[in-house]
Amino acid sequence: MKAYKVKEIVTTNLGKGNPVFVQVLGICSTLAVTNVLKNTLVMCAGLIFVTGLSNLTVSALRRYIPARIRMMVETLIIASYVIVVDLVLQAYLPDIARQLGPYVGLIITNCIIMGRAEAFAMSNSAGYSLLDGLTAGLGYAYVLIIIAFFRELLGSGSIWGIRVLGPWWTNWSIMVMAPGAFFMLGLFIWIVKGLWMKEVKKS
Amino acid sequence: MSEAWLAFSIFFAAIFTNNILLTNYLGMCSFLAVSREVKTSIGLGFAVIMVMAATSALNWLVYTYVLVPLNLVYLRYIAFILVIAAFVQLAEMVIERLSDVLYAALGIFLPLITVNCAILGASLFMVIREYSFFSAFAYGLGSGIGWTLAIIAMAGIRQKMARARIPRGLEGAGIALIITGFMAIAFMGLAGMIRI
Repeated sequence: MKAYKVKEIVTTNLGKGNPVFVQVLGICSTLAVTNVLKNTLVMCAGLIFVTGLSNLTVSALRRYIPARIRMMVETLIIASYVIVVDLVLQAYLPDIARQLGPYVGLIITNCIIMGRAEAFAMSNSAGYSLLDGLTAGLGYAYVLIIIAFFRELLGSGSIWGIRVLGPWWTNWSIMVMAPGAFFMLGLFIWIVKGLWMKEVKKS
Repeated sequence: MSEAWLAFSIFFAAIFTNNILLTNYLGMCSFLAVSREVKTSIGLGFAVIMVMAATSALNWLVYTYVLVPLNLVYLRYIAFILVIAAFVQLAEMVIERLSDVLYAALGIFLPLITVNCAILGASLFMVIREYSFFSAFAYGLGSGIGWTLAIIAMAGIRQKMARARIPRGLEGAGIALIITGFMAIAFMGLAGMIRI
């Protein structure tokens, strides 16, 4: 692997091509699982596993996949890995699996994974594709963790289920409900774009 | 509660109080991408209603009569996504044959729908909540209508907003998400009307 290409993949996925706040993909689960930090981490681990391995598989098979049905083949590859994640969660973390509910299955239709398979894995070798999948997953994960941290802190006064804010704190219950999720992500995008655009202007 | 009344209340709740987009966050990607114009939103909305209602019912049949008896419940993701993809493909071909007007209006949206998470989400929710066949159909239909309602409202707001001055960092997805948040609050006002 060439160092400059590795660096380019990593910086694109974590920064200027970030799947969540630049491309605005995979929003469903970004919003749905971020009310509690613990669930978010489990979801992120699952997603990184699926993006990495499905990118690797699609890339390895890319010469044998007929162009006409490639979307279907990609979806099936992704679905198989999601089933693995689902079964592992149900076996080892049944409580979290129940709380995540359908959102584990919905990793299949998470546009980030499909997007990386289409845009990157279909035209790059397996090693780079694995790296691209893993870093795209990481780029998604750190945004979710930041959002989940603030939603749990403001909405329940706790972090990782442990109460950190004293009795003086009134929970902003809207933060753990749907509207809070929309506001948080909107504000996050605003802050990131605001800071980032300033930097671009200076340079 | 009778079966028909239960199905009706699920239908009503799916549109207003438990809107699949505004409370379950499903279908956000196409919601953000397509909600720039009212006309295209209506086209996509109707395609979603049709596919969601039909695939919820089909997936219920597949789940109850194929997956459960064969003890293959863990394969439901693959089964559901195949049913959805097959149905979308079939619907595209049928519409192309039947009506040029309809094909021009809905045709381009159909391929997008296979990867719309709201469609798969509706099928997964229906299984988790253990709905009956009629309730599953009512849920799929209601969720489709609720999603369409949300996207048309959003497109209307965004068309008006084209003339507003928005902070540069908020343009596009940022402001759309914040408006969706306000819409979700508005829909929460209906929450006491019905309970499922």
